[in-house]
Amino acid sequence: MKILEVKNLTTYFETLQGYVKAAEDVSFTLKSGHTLGLAGESGCGKTTTALTILRLLPPNGKIIKGKIIFEGNDLLKLSEEEFRKTIRWKKISMIFQGAMNALHPTMTVGEQIAEAIMLHEQIKKKEALERAAKLLDLVGVGGERINRYPHEFSGGMKQRAVIAMSLACNPKLVIADEPTTALDVIVQAQVMKVMKELQQKLNLSMIIISHDLSLIAETCSEVAIMYAGRIVELSTARRIFKEPLHPYTQKLIMAFPSILGEKKELSTIPGFPPDLIDPPPGCRFHPRCQYATEKCRKESPLLSQVEEAHYVACHLFGGK
Amino acid sequence: MAFDKLEFLEKKAGIKIEKDAHVIAINLRKYFPIKLGFVQSLLAKEPVYVKAVDKISFYIKRGEIFALVGESGSGKTTTGRLLIKLLEPTSGKIFFDGKNITKLSSFEMRKLRSKMQIIFQDPYESLNPRMSIYDILSEPLEILNLTSSTEETSERINRVLEDMNLVPPEQFLFRFPHELSGGQRQRVAVARAFIVNPEFIVADEPVSMLDASIRTEVVRLILEMVKKAHCTFLFITHDIALSRYLSSRLAVMYLGKIVEMGPTEEIIKNPAHPYTQALIDAVPVPDPDARRTEVVIKGEIASPIYPPPGCRFHPRCQYATEKCRQKEPELLAISKDRYVACFHQLK
Repeated sequence: MKILEVKNLTTYFETLQGYVKAAEDVSFTLKSGHTLGLAGESGCGKTTTALTILRLLPPNGKIIKGKIIFEGNDLLKLSEEEFRKTIRWKKISMIFQGAMNALHPTMTVGEQIAEAIMLHEQIKKKEALERAAKLLDLVGVGGERINRYPHEFSGGMKQRAVIAMSLACNPKLVIADEPTTALDVIVQAQVMKVMKELQQKLNLSMIIISHDLSLIAETCSEVAIMYAGRIVELSTARRIFKEPLHPYTQKLIMAFPSILGEKKELSTIPGFPPDLIDPPPGCRFHPRCQYATEKCRKESPLLSQVEEAHYVACHLFGGK
Repeated sequence: MAFDKLEFLEKKAGIKIEKDAHVIAINLRKYFPIKLGFVQSLLAKEPVYVKAVDKISFYIKRGEIFALVGESGSGKTTTGRLLIKLLEPTSGKIFFDGKNITKLSSFEMRKLRSKMQIIFQDPYESLNPRMSIYDILSEPLEILNLTSSTEETSERINRVLEDMNLVPPEQFLFRFPHELSGGQRQRVAVARAFIVNPEFIVADEPVSMLDASIRTEVVRLILEMVKKAHCTFLFITHDIALSRYLSSRLAVMYLGKIVEMGPTEEIIKNPAHPYTQALIDAVPVPDPDARRTEVVIKGEIASPIYPPPGCRFHPRCQYATEKCRQKEPELLAISKDRYVACFHQLK
């Protein structure tokens, strides 16, 4: 069953230099209970897509077109008030990038989680705190720590507290934006394990945003690779990592050092990601692509199905 | 270095040191005192210290890339700064090019500065936002009196920018750091370190702030530059997978101690310390079929103010026994050039 369907979502940011075309024609679907990985370099539109879904764009962000269908309703048709009351945090919540460093230093962790609950539900503070304790138990921090302050927590514990906060109102969908970037590898592995367990326990649907493909490979069932504001490849995690089709995906996977097996040469992607105010015409990857032809320079390839459940936006694969 | 002296140092440090060692650290310690409140200072029996680096010894061969690997708080950054004397060690000795530099005054150190450089982790903070790229790169040359004319300065800057693949150089010379992307900035930071033709570079997590795709490009450029300049390179990182691609030897640090040291590929294939094993296991693999099943290691790194007694890793170790809780294992050789500090080495 589909829980979320995003269709041709296009978000621009208005700046003095012109529109920054941060996300263009982003389309994907997420099945209930599945995890979708959104991967790509910084500035490719991953976070913009997430913020658009949650309607948390800064004032200069404009949703140009598209549909966000969540459980059968188009979220873009809701008023801000309705969205805040019924969707945000209650149905869809988010773990923000770097949120663990944004915890309020003079409030106890329990109070901060309870605050999120009380904002959305009519319950007493005492009950909210009890629930906060249960949530902390759930993420493995231990409910007895609700009266502690953020500075008494280690990095891993803070990140878990932020995860607990995102679960405060029993959401159906959690969007995690770079949930482990600031953490050490071992703590990162521990946090990812907690997230996986929670997902199974609570039957959550998740979108994980990361530039770290290895992390995505370990946690996601489906993967969308984004480049310069567009999805260039979308498929199951196995397909993406075993039989990547888009030249960008192939390069990106090769750029990751592996600890297993024999040491391989690391490949690099020459050049830099394009300026999104004035992106290159045609396929946005063409200046860095070794297979680029005249057609790539002129026509922009659409995301089209090449095999079952495998979508690619590249002229090499008959994309129109 | 004189052979007899080397033997003396080897005995003191308990490790074998090769003759072409360029940088040597012997029983290096760095304790940072903690400022206590008035009442606390009356109650405290003795001063309290953060034991950031606690008696470590290692050497780096000339022209070699040596990696220091460990979690945050393991003391790797402090070690790097001690080696180039940005920090004064509490005790222990540092040798550079056969010369004891531990006690050199800052005036004497200045003469050596052109031979030692550092690359910092965050290119958003290590580049002065009000200086153009030209200013950033010409400053070290001028301060260290390495250039005689403006033409020479420009030529050297152009060359290093080309080496770092910031081409054409004219396009970058008069830009400011905010006009560059993260990857370009870090290349400028790397260029700034290499422009004085140093013999020894400490790179403190030089690519951890960068995206994966840009990271490999910067790593490749660093590798090329190290080879070309034939300099000795200390690579500090938390990413053991990345150290595999750069370094020939590595040391794994935990809470101020070296727990394992040796040739990189050997350690990654057959780690002997449970902590090294845990570090390797925790690295996510870009392959959905190779999903890891279990994270065996518990908790997080302990406080370096009151490190656990015995083996510092024992509270997180699955093999810990009574002995580990009481006695501290020494770093002992298990084969040529391979050292481990553990009572329960993995086979």
